[in-house]
Amino acid sequence: MAAQARAASRATATHGPRVDTVLRAAAWYILVSALTVSFLIPTLWLVSSSFKASTEIFVHPIKWIPDRLLWENYVEAFRVQPLGRFALNTAIVVLFAVMGTALASAAVAFSFARLRWPGRDLFFSLLLASMMLPEVVTLVPKFILFKQLGWVGTFLPLTVPFWFGGTPFFVFLLRQFYRGLPYELDEAARIDGAGSFRILTQILIPLSKPALTTVVIFSILANYNDFLHPLIYLNRQENWTLAVGIRAFNDSYVARWELIFAAATSMLAPMAVLFFAAQRYFVQGIQLTGMGGR
Amino acid sequence: MSASVTGRAARGPSRLQMREWLDGYLYAAPFILGFLFWIAYPMGYSIWLVLHDWDLLTPQRFVGLRNLERMIDDPSVPLALANTAFFALVGVPLHLAFAFLLAMALNVPLRGRSAFRTAFYLPAITPLVASAVLWSRIFHPEFGILNEFIGLFGVPAQKWLFQPELAKPALILMGFWSVGPQMVIFLAGLQNVSPTLLEAASIDGAGPLQRFRHITLAVMSPVILFNLIVGVIGSFQIFAVVLIMTDGGPQNATLMAVLYIYRNAFQFFKMGYAAALAWLLFLIIVAFTALQFWISRRWVYYEEAR
Repeated sequence: MAAQARAASRATATHGPRVDTVLRAAAWYILVSALTVSFLIPTLWLVSSSFKASTEIFVHPIKWIPDRLLWENYVEAFRVQPLGRFALNTAIVVLFAVMGTALASAAVAFSFARLRWPGRDLFFSLLLASMMLPEVVTLVPKFILFKQLGWVGTFLPLTVPFWFGGTPFFVFLLRQFYRGLPYELDEAARIDGAGSFRILTQILIPLSKPALTTVVIFSILANYNDFLHPLIYLNRQENWTLAVGIRAFNDSYVARWELIFAAATSMLAPMAVLFFAAQRYFVQGIQLTGMGGR
Repeated sequence: MSASVTGRAARGPSRLQMREWLDGYLYAAPFILGFLFWIAYPMGYSIWLVLHDWDLLTPQRFVGLRNLERMIDDPSVPLALANTAFFALVGVPLHLAFAFLLAMALNVPLRGRSAFRTAFYLPAITPLVASAVLWSRIFHPEFGILNEFIGLFGVPAQKWLFQPELAKPALILMGFWSVGPQMVIFLAGLQNVSPTLLEAASIDGAGPLQRFRHITLAVMSPVILFNLIVGVIGSFQIFAVVLIMTDGGPQNATLMAVLYIYRNAFQFFKMGYAAALAWLLFLIIVAFTALQFWISRRWVYYEEAR
């Protein structure tokens, strides 16, 4: 009897955990799937409503799938507001800001990581300090500076600063990456007669593509998203970016949800494409930057 | 011959070294110039601004410390700071706790977790303006999906952004939607929690809660501190979302520090006063960050031998 009971308990003991594991896995899938659905619902609602007739938006209960996909909402949205113009302006600003960020960050990071010069440590600590500096403290004086330069109303305040090492955080990120590459590469190249320019462009930049891609992607996101600076510097409608334009759209067509949603979806779409095309770099970049804080 | 070479080296830098110095300054020039143009000069100029009244049209007027006195008398200042602090002290910890739980959930070795990770991350790529436009509709009292959702559980419809007591909580609720980046950082940090260590603790009789507290949380504490500091600095500068969704209302319940600075500078054209407010906010952010580092010495654990 006792032996039997022991055998039985052993049987459940070896059996028990498996049932337990399966149950746990099931619970995990149910919980995580429910969370996933609740995370995706806002975006699904946004996109589906952008195709609805306005009568379909204001019904209870929610109508998830419109009767007919009204692409006309998009045509109408781009007609009543110059969204195409805003998109072009955004593309110009993002292009020049990102180019400046990538080139300046790579050059400055190279200097901090691979060259020795008097005062380097001092300037590097200034770089670290400016990483922590909240944008808001220089907001007003910078506006006055750009106003005195006659740059207000142009794209210059939104692009030129990035050509002058405007994003210390990316400099820091690339500098850490360069420091991880073997110094023998530089030395061998110098013995072969290569100068700093060739070492940077032909050795370090090709080797640091993942880090540089991360910088480019994060800088695209930041400039595409930026709202405060375009808001204060772009004072005429024809040079508004999407961020500022869609906000104005939202204010002037409050009741036309389907048009606002079509505009917002149009603004989201390029970022979604970028995300799915370069997902690896998003995750990697966050991990790199996350580690950067330590 | 050799004596003269060593002699020269002792006197000053060699030509090769000079070349490296020159290159060093040349390649660092973008940052050095940028630091002078966009940081050092504006900060100095902004101190000068604090001492003046200026509407950008009429000549500047020296007013001494008048702008600081105005700040003390201005009832909007403590209001805006309290609203902002609410986000930093209530919103950020809640968002981080949620991001941490998500990361823990996705750290389980089950199939499909990278797809789930993508799904949780996805909302964070929504441009801020697009998500402000979207969420102002989600919170809509009549046609928003949030009221429809809580209605399923019998909760009566709320006015959310139109109700002073609910406006800030509503914006914090919205923030849960975009914790993806923090989740990814936590997930990366969790890879440093050694399974052998957890197993050893379990053999020594530590329960799940003890293991979580003394191992997982301890190893993760530097990552938590990083997310906390970045999150608090960011939350002190919330602007776009409140300007678009509530414009500081209802009844100033979401009047945030940067929104108030923006109004003074670019709507009331009080450049000196706006600069003074910006300095106040800056000093508060610095104090908060320093305080967090100071407190962190009691709870952040750094592995030695690293």
